Amino acid sequence: MSDLKELYKEVILDHNRNPRNCYIMDCATRTADGHNPLCGDTVKVYLRIEDGIIEEISFQGHGCAICTASTSLMTESVRGKTVEEAQGLFDEFHLMLTGVAEEQGIEMGKLMVFEGVREYPVRVKCATLAWHTLHAAMEEKKENVSTE
Amino acid sequence: MMSEHLTARPFDVEAIRADFPALHQQVHGHPLVYLDNAATTQKPRTVIDAVRGFYENDCSNVHRGVHALSQRATVAYESSRTVIKNHVGARDSREIVFTRSTTESINLVAHSFVRPRLKEGDEVLITTMEHHSNIVPWQLLCQQTGAKLRVVPISDEGEIIMEEYAKLLNDRTRIVGVVHISNALGTVNPVKDMIQLAHEQGIPVLVDGAQALPHLPVDVQDLDCDFYAFSAHKVYGPTGIGALYGKRAHLLEMTPYQSGGDMILSVTFDETHFNEPPHLFEAGTPNIEGALGFAKALEYLQSVGIEATQAHEKHLLDQATEAVLEVPGIRLVGRARQRAGALSFVMEGIHPHDIGTILDQEGVAVRAGHHCAQPVMQRYKLSATVRASFALYNRSDEIEALVKGLHTVREVFG
Ligand SMILES: Cc1ncc(COP(=O)(O)O)c(C=O)c1O
Repeated sequence: MSDLKELYKEVILDHNRNPRNCYIMDCATRTADGHNPLCGDTVKVYLRIEDGIIEEISFQGHGCAICTASTSLMTESVRGKTVEEAQGLFDEFHLMLTGVAEEQGIEMGKLMVFEGVREYPVRVKCATLAWHTLHAAMEEKKENVSTE
Repeated sequence: MMSEHLTARPFDVEAIRADFPALHQQVHGHPLVYLDNAATTQKPRTVIDAVRGFYENDCSNVHRGVHALSQRATVAYESSRTVIKNHVGARDSREIVFTRSTTESINLVAHSFVRPRLKEGDEVLITTMEHHSNIVPWQLLCQQTGAKLRVVPISDEGEIIMEEYAKLLNDRTRIVGVVHISNALGTVNPVKDMIQLAHEQGIPVLVDGAQALPHLPVDVQDLDCDFYAFSAHKVYGPTGIGALYGKRAHLLEMTPYQSGGDMILSVTFDETHFNEPPHLFEAGTPNIEGALGFAKALEYLQSVGIEATQAHEKHLLDQATEAVLEVPGIRLVGRARQRAGALSFVMEGIHPHDIGTILDQEGVAVRAGHHCAQPVMQRYKLSATVRASFALYNRSDEIEALVKGLHTVREVFG
């Protein structure tokens, strides 16, 4: 139970129950779809990028608590950032989860709540699906993103 | 040799558990509770010993050596075919083709039996609750030939709607593919009645028996199915080996699947004389140790007794159904009158993937996902379920562990 609380931290449960920025954006300049074939999770990320800055970000989809909370927290942490800064955050996030993190000195803030996912290798993809999808949207990749 | 195995001993779950080395381990500090048997079962020591024994004593190729080891291996390989033939009640060992799996058995039928007789406008009929392995081969075949894939609907309870099935059978239907027991819902389908209805119109039927073999006595002659596909690993045998039962008359009409060694009688650069079924469909060096292990697995099941196993598993399924429903927010997916082996459910507001992780932390192994049956998930507007599936070695207290784990899920999610 105590181990489980390391994974399912209060912040994660809160964002799972009440995901932020969860809506369809009509004026999106870019979108991308992500899919985790292992568990059927899907997420669609909407971006409004102006002058290289993520002015607005939202998402729609359904997934497990880790996936939903990760998407919700991602939208909060990249809004207002440049595309490069968002990419840097993704790289850092990925390193944190795959366990080979060399501190890069990037401020992770609330994203640190996902540190516990590192102990659950099969769940890492749940936490990174949103980020892969964001990456695809920023790069304007056309194909569907898959975690496999 | 068979009769010794057929005398059923009294059902003793502790003695049975002692035969399965993998059951006796700790997972995350808890005793393993293995309830993912529909994915694959654990293996009894006799199966493990058979596989190892082949490599330690008889390792050689089959059907091609005059030396002692090759003769022993060939005899053992062919006797395994006989054990399988007897287990499923086939008339003739030549009706049993060794394959890699259920998946390959179905692909073999699609390629070698159905494809040559499929024309544009013809139909292939399957049901909503098929595993991907009984959907995708037909879909591809239809794309290649211009035939049409038709699908029998199922009810909210998870039963095939027989009136709709009867209506969908017609003079363009070239094959019916139906799962005997659904891996996603646990439904036992009335395949005997379905086969009879199809045969009234001269339509052959393939039954996907992957989940049925571990849970039911199967008699292909009584069912009168044209083909029956199954995998060893779902019934206590090794992975990488399966079989196809096919009526001899059908097998004799079928074209080769893969080609190469073992499936031929003689080859010149001008022509090849093909071997007879089943060898015609077993090109190349087969999975010999797999076949030996497969036979040992079926003999193991016979030694426990398939009826005794069935009664034990029914008891577990009934107990689990009742106990799980007492956990707040749980809804069963699949409430067919005839169920066996598996229990599928969802929990209000909590994703199956999270439930799977939390149960795993308590040592309870279940499957959380779409179970390779996405169309049936779509039928119930779900992306995934949690599935607990049972085997002859499961115990009542393991269901208590499952239920305790489900309460932990509730606690974690508040
Ligand atoms: C009903 C059913 N059909 C077919 C299969 C495929 O079996 P295999 O992967 O051994 O080919 C499975 C296994 O998941 C199954 O449960």
